[in-house]
Amino acid sequence: MKMKVVIVGAGVVGSSIARVLSMYDNFDIILVEKEPDVGWGASKANTSIIHPGHEEEPNIHPHRAKLCKEGNRLWRQWARELDIPVKWPGELMIFYNSEEEKIARKYIELAKSNNIPGVRIFYQEELRKMEPSINPNAIGAVYAPTAGIISPFEAVIAIVENAVDNGVRLLTETKVEGIKIAEGRVRGVMTNMGFIEADIVINAAGIYSDEISSMAGVDSGFTVRPRRGEYLLFDEDIRIKPERILHTIPTPISKGVYAITTIHGNLMIGPTAEDLSVEAKEDTSTSEIGLEYLWNEAGKLLREPPSRTKVIRTFAGLRPEPPDGHWLIEAYTEPFGFINVAGIRSPGFTSSPALAHHVVNLIKAKYDINLVMKRKWNPYRSDIAKVGHMSLREADKLISENPDYGEIVCYCKTVSKAEILEAIKRMKKIGLKTVTLDGIKFRTGAGLGTCQGSFCRCRIALLISKYMDMPLHKVVVKKKPYGIGEVKELLKTERSE
Amino acid sequence: MIELDYDTIVIGAGPAGLASAIKAKELGLKTVLVENKDILGGIPLQCIHPGFGLQYFKEDLTGTEFIYRLFDKMEKIGVEYLLKAHVYSVELVAHNEKVVNVITPKGIMRLRSKTIVYTVGAREKSIFEINIIGDRPGAGIYTAGEAQTLMDLYGILPGKEIVIVGSGDVGLIMARRFALEGAKVKSVIELMPYPGGTMRNIVQCLQDYSIPLYLSHKAIRIIGNERVEKVVVAKVDENLKPIEKCKFEIPCDTVILAAGLVPNVSILEKIGMIMDPCTGGPMVNEFLETNVPGIFVAGNALVVNDLVDYVVEQGEQAAEGAFYFVQNNGLPTINWKRVVRGRNIRLIVPHYISGERDIILYARVQKPEKNVLVTIPEIAWKMKLSNVRPAEMIRAKLSKTTLESARFEDKVTVEVNTQ
Repeated sequence: MKMKVVIVGAGVVGSSIARVLSMYDNFDIILVEKEPDVGWGASKANTSIIHPGHEEEPNIHPHRAKLCKEGNRLWRQWARELDIPVKWPGELMIFYNSEEEKIARKYIELAKSNNIPGVRIFYQEELRKMEPSINPNAIGAVYAPTAGIISPFEAVIAIVENAVDNGVRLLTETKVEGIKIAEGRVRGVMTNMGFIEADIVINAAGIYSDEISSMAGVDSGFTVRPRRGEYLLFDEDIRIKPERILHTIPTPISKGVYAITTIHGNLMIGPTAEDLSVEAKEDTSTSEIGLEYLWNEAGKLLREPPSRTKVIRTFAGLRPEPPDGHWLIEAYTEPFGFINVAGIRSPGFTSSPALAHHVVNLIKAKYDINLVMKRKWNPYRSDIAKVGHMSLREADKLISENPDYGEIVCYCKTVSKAEILEAIKRMKKIGLKTVTLDGIKFRTGAGLGTCQGSFCRCRIALLISKYMDMPLHKVVVKKKPYGIGEVKELLKTERSE
Repeated sequence: MIELDYDTIVIGAGPAGLASAIKAKELGLKTVLVENKDILGGIPLQCIHPGFGLQYFKEDLTGTEFIYRLFDKMEKIGVEYLLKAHVYSVELVAHNEKVVNVITPKGIMRLRSKTIVYTVGAREKSIFEINIIGDRPGAGIYTAGEAQTLMDLYGILPGKEIVIVGSGDVGLIMARRFALEGAKVKSVIELMPYPGGTMRNIVQCLQDYSIPLYLSHKAIRIIGNERVEKVVVAKVDENLKPIEKCKFEIPCDTVILAAGLVPNVSILEKIGMIMDPCTGGPMVNEFLETNVPGIFVAGNALVVNDLVDYVVEQGEQAAEGAFYFVQNNGLPTINWKRVVRGRNIRLIVPHYISGERDIILYARVQKPEKNVLVTIPEIAWKMKLSNVRPAEMIRAKLSKTTLESARFEDKVTVEVNTQ
């Protein structure tokens, strides 16, 4: 008999655990997510960096130090296997005075003790040759060549698609409301969609992981505070875009402010770091103070401040912040079968693949399970073919096979009808209950460009309405429908009253 | 890949593109009109309100009717066109040779041409561009154009309690449109101390429906978890900074953004075209030719117009420019005179004139004024106007004779003075 595993939370942590668990014959895995799609929490709105691991204190945060370095290595393999957009430009931690230089030097020592390759300091002229976009006030920078940039939301989608392909079941819009425990053992989870039986429950609920943890009655007093990070995102055609990852010296609560060119070619500045109350778990609003702070930091990082007219989006994400920054990773025997992978703050994204392997080893050791590898486990998944990413010759060939690739729906990012339809197909395949416009955006890039969807959103909604056989106004944007009804709707109601 | 040759390629089949393609064909140019939607006509197709064509057709038409008039003309003369054809890039080969790469369901087309008339129109500003902070609920936030598409092309009602941000014409027209559908239009919020739209629309779209207009107010913040729940608005001081004491909330389920249009020039920026920061469009001479020889721009991609009649007029001018270019293998060398913005002029098009032929100037003022003289001192030209407002474009036709003396100047200055 297979063990029933329920993973709570389809963010990067939960999805990675699902993928690694799916390698073994021992488990029946259900991935439970309260949102309509995967990766909509901290995994979506972050700085999108794969960290080298030279910023983690091994004595204070041994897990963070070890798994960050290992995760950095594993992402190279995962990105290849899962066709996730990633690049490895390296990063520069910039210092502007001798005080900061002293702090920066500390990271050389940390890099040594964590065994991170190639970390060194560059000064003035050399630094500007390496990175012409840098502010000339910088006197030097700590260079870490192993840093990467990934598309975080596409990464989670890729991992889940692969996990589902390997037998994992995804249940979205399913909120865990309680954990059933009997005779000291986990029996399952109570959800808004009913009871789900389980022998093992893995809490990967990110910002809500404190609530899930307390449902199991373990680690009382463990709380996760939302730490809000705001970002500025600029148009692709902005003049100055750094090739490498640039950031200021870390502070006690943040890794500093970053200036990066995202995998989609946009300049991005952020994050801020603002601790909210434990209850403010949905407050992803942006603020005037936060955005102004970022404008100021952008001017410090870059040779010239970015143009205010080139902002295409401002947003904020919430990072889960556990007490003292300690990840809570524990497989309990009381109740038997409950596992916390809770409060996974930065460098959580980077660490996820390694974290997943770590958790599986924990299960094996703690619950004395003899793991059996599946004979047929598929490590591969390929991305949706994207017309905007290929040469005209390649596009021509693809269009001759399927004319829908030649019908462009999103003009800013050159996304075709075929890509939208493929995204819908894949969303249905992983078992999403609702095909949202946001989900299409994250899978295809349609609506991520200059116009932010004002030209294409309604045409994508039309495609969803047609292929999901539902009225146009009921197509869901993020969580709520696009319109309230048909024109004349209100006049009809008036008359009937 | 399909390769074809033309004298001129018109990109974008809105009113400017239709007019331009018709004119180019009339002049005998081998012309193709390239449109990325599955239908010709552009934005006016979804404009079911009147106000189109008073000058061009001497009749008050709806946008849809106006476009169908152009279709009739086009059919008679037989203009070649492509639908679902997305211009991916433009390659400059020589001064008289460009390649336009087009993605179509039939495959990639490489269209070679001596000239290009670029008429793709404008795009609408998003909430992020006008610095609205707060939540991003996804549902309940629309640009005015998107709301119009939903209502008048697809019959969908976006919401029932509406706040409109920006009092440009599109915003005003949508305010009336929602009111006609029984929705409650709570208010129209305008940052400036004067409306962004024409006086006619202020009266016909707001006053006739008792919709309040808050001048000198800014929409600061959107609140709403899964859909818009309210908008935080504040009065602004003379520097357009929100006054903390004068903040208030307006409950609503829908925010419509009508905060202005921006010429859609991304493809042109990639080929190094020089832009005018005042218009957001390219710098052009009196043929509406840009700094790239043989590329002409007209309509809202050149400068945001308030009348479709001007858009069509510019489309025709650009086609005439293309014709002249094709005939002479390039426009002649001209000692261009810069058109300079003088007192109370926010923007002006074209940027360069020759003084050798009739021209039409299009300008906007910075602030409203009464009883003014629009003048060009260098040539002693003046035009009396009882009212100038930023929302209403000044159009002035100057004859070759008037401009004669400009031939000895380096520049001409257009200014607005009170009498």
